[in-house]
Amino acid sequence: MFEGLSERLGSVFDRLRKRGALSEADVTAAMREVRVALLEADVALPVVKTFVDRVRERAIGREVLRSVTPGQMVVKIVHDELVDMLGSDSQAINLNAPAPVPILMVGLQGGGKTTTTAKIAKRLRERDRKKVLMASLDVTRPAAREQLRILGEQVGVATLPIINGETPAAIAKRAMTAGRLQGYDVVILDTAGRTSIDEGLMAEVRAVRDAVNPHEVLLVADALTGQDAVTTATNFHERVGITGIVLTRVDGDSRGGAALSMRGVTGMPIKMLGVGEKVDDIEDFHPERLAGRILGMGDVVSLVEKAAETIDAEEAQKTAERMMRGSFTLDDMAAQLKQVRKLGGLGGIMGMLPGVGKLQKQMAGANVDDKMLKRQEAVISSMTREERRNPKILNASRRKRIAAGSGTQVQDVNRVLKQHQDMARMMKQVGKMGGKGALAGLFGGGGGMPAPPQGGGMGGGLPPMPGGGMPGLGGGGMRLPGLGGLPPGFPGKRK
Amino acid sequence: MSAEPASPERKGWFARLRDGLAKSSRRLADGITSLFVKRRLDAATLEELEDLLITADLGVETAAKLTANLAREKFDKEVTGDEVRAAFAADIAAILAPVAVPLEPREIANKPFVVLMVGVNGSGKTTTIGKLARQWTDAGKSVVLAAGDTFRAAAVEQLRVWGERSGCPVIEKPHGADAAALAFDALVEARERKADVLIIDTAGRLQNKAGLMEELAKVIRVLKKQDPEAPHATVLVLDGTVGQNAHAQVKTFREMVNVTGLIVTKLDGSARGGIVVALAQSQGLPVHAVGVGEGIDDLHPFEPDAFARSLMGIEG
Ligand SMILES: Nc1nc2c(ncn2[C@@H]2O[C@H](COP(=O)(O)OP(=O)(O)OP(=O)(O)O)[C@@H](O)[C@H]2O)c(=O)[nH]1
Ligand SMILES: Nc1nc2c(ncn2[C@@H]2O[C@H](COP(=O)(O)OP(=O)(O)OP(=O)(O)O)[C@@H](O)[C@H]2O)c(=O)[nH]1
Ligand SMILES: [Mg+2]
Ligand SMILES: [Mg+2]
Repeated sequence: MFEGLSERLGSVFDRLRKRGALSEADVTAAMREVRVALLEADVALPVVKTFVDRVRERAIGREVLRSVTPGQMVVKIVHDELVDMLGSDSQAINLNAPAPVPILMVGLQGGGKTTTTAKIAKRLRERDRKKVLMASLDVTRPAAREQLRILGEQVGVATLPIINGETPAAIAKRAMTAGRLQGYDVVILDTAGRTSIDEGLMAEVRAVRDAVNPHEVLLVADALTGQDAVTTATNFHERVGITGIVLTRVDGDSRGGAALSMRGVTGMPIKMLGVGEKVDDIEDFHPERLAGRILGMGDVVSLVEKAAETIDAEEAQKTAERMMRGSFTLDDMAAQLKQVRKLGGLGGIMGMLPGVGKLQKQMAGANVDDKMLKRQEAVISSMTREERRNPKILNASRRKRIAAGSGTQVQDVNRVLKQHQDMARMMKQVGKMGGKGALAGLFGGGGGMPAPPQGGGMGGGLPPMPGGGMPGLGGGGMRLPGLGGLPPGFPGKRK
Repeated sequence: MSAEPASPERKGWFARLRDGLAKSSRRLADGITSLFVKRRLDAATLEELEDLLITADLGVETAAKLTANLAREKFDKEVTGDEVRAAFAADIAAILAPVAVPLEPREIANKPFVVLMVGVNGSGKTTTIGKLARQWTDAGKSVVLAAGDTFRAAAVEQLRVWGERSGCPVIEKPHGADAAALAFDALVEARERKADVLIIDTAGRLQNKAGLMEELAKVIRVLKKQDPEAPHATVLVLDGTVGQNAHAQVKTFREMVNVTGLIVTKLDGSARGGIVVALAQSQGLPVHAVGVGEGIDDLHPFEPDAFARSLMGIEG
């Protein structure tokens, strides 16, 4: 919904054709756009201001590399500074202390502390072979301790038995004692959510801190947070003292500027990312990815990884081979539509690709959205097996039946069939041109990174994108599975 | 303990940022008053005003619009801080007035009045259900709750506690059950009990997860099989600390499940919820109530004047 930085700068610099060093005027114009882009990405204003000042200093007088436009050059400088500020090193949770190592989880209500506690415990148990004990100090929220107990069962990590009537500090002490006596390596203490201006509750968590002297104090914060991120992070840091940040709900589609705000005002590293509700949905932090996301430049690395996970390589190979022989059935098309959905829908894919801002707008204009994908899937699944295999038999009355069965119009059915034909034709062509490699690329094999459409992309001046293919998206001209190539062969407007 | 980066350059950077921040929070603390002791409203001042709005999450666009309005009226005039704040608050209240619509379950022939609570993870759905249940039972209605979050650990147990607190029966199924099936059964049971209101809790979900959004759409389809009018209200619960992503949340939930109104939670914290102003302009959905704490009585009507004044830091 918001323009990425590259687009914004594109419009500023479209007028500039000259080469050489970036002038002060150029940079000032660019910084206005940088400021807005960061604010729309939810970076807090004070952090934006300091950041922009710093980038301005760095940018004035810099030579524009021959291969890039001034806009791309500025994007690169901004990106590099952003990575630098987010922390160019990813830092793991520090367990360098005598066992049991206490870790304290703090944050606002509903940020994801309890879920993250279980995720981290599972990781430490499985990856680091640590013996972990979890304890909930949340005596406020209904069923909070029960929640942690259930999660503990799910991940195979012990939880401290629940005793009613204890204060959080008393529970914390009991947890540490149990940890010592029972030979635990790590004790993770989950706390109740609290607003950072609630003096009573902030004193409560300080009492816990003083009781156990935690080795890590992790602030768990929501990637959807807006400007308040600075206030919350500052207050928790000043009043409790944090050693790191865990950003949750990174699986959402926010730009995640809150991370920069919190890192900026506390100087504490972002240690982990929560990327889903499930107990395995936790990842190490990679500053480049988040920088790209904040700037709206897409996150190719994530897309590649996600696609690799989602797409069954063997199945892909089989499909590719079948298509080589020139048979691309409606079942194949349905399978492709499903893959797109698994990758988080069109929006999900688009959000992860660099330079797709413009394309996204075109799509919005063409009314292509996930609903359409679903409609197409519905149409195909309302066909009989025979019809899917041999669409030629689809006469008017069959089409009417399919439309009724899938809750669509006959026009929709026709459109799917037309699209299927286009795709089949295209597959054959690709097969001829690029041979098996190209087709396999289209379905999860190698294949090159497609060039972003219409030069809206990032060109040479950017940090290197990962090499190798974009599984499921390779081939020429950014071809999305199930859509017969984007933008060429793109299904027409739909009301 | 701390991992403060050691390089002198980095230090300089953080130190500078902290200085900047201290400056800006001082400015905030003093409010706009410090900007004017009766002085001319010039471009620089306007920019600072705009910044204040941005830090309350109104968003760049809305902040710019409001500032431009003010500029039209008052540019180059001598103004005091109080005047400016009052002018801003009035503008904001005017934007909000049309969307301040309380949520009141209507008396309907085909009981119960079904309320579906939706929203992203952790926004406050379950807690808000407890609060609404209390308000409506106090108003003499019989209320039944449905534990439609069959996914999250202890979500059912949590709602059960709210059921006890508000004195309302809770309809549940085992963890992992189909949410749509639960909703269907809950409507049957609420009807048998002749309840006035049925409030259905749902699992938190991010709007960009197509599969989960589809699941929610299915809950609604299943309800409609019994009562084509149901759900009579679909309330999107927004976390008051949310930033610009709220736009995407409202837009997508609206498209997928036809949201009829918003409740904004956690306004007792340091966040000011300014996104509501931008949403009022872009979406115009009713804002039913605001959450101001974790207690059962901490749900207040949405009052545009009070909200606008608190955004602008006007006391009382
Ligand atoms: N999508 C997504 N949901 C998450 C993530 N982390 C946590 N959640 C969900 O967010 C909601 C709140 O998580 P909790 O772990 O209960 O949050 P909390 O901070 O312990 O909440 P309080 O104890 O009430 O303050 C739950 O629905 C979780 O499933 C994440 O990374 N992504
Ligand atoms: N301070 C404050 N906390 C609130 C408010 N409303 C809810 N909370 C807290 O926010 C946390 C999450 O609330 P829930 O009601 O569990 O949120 P939910 O949307 O049901 O969460 P999921 O079901 O996990 O998606 C809990 O700790 C609540 O006590 C509010 O208005 N103010
Ligand atoms: Mg918790
Ligand atoms: Mg809930």
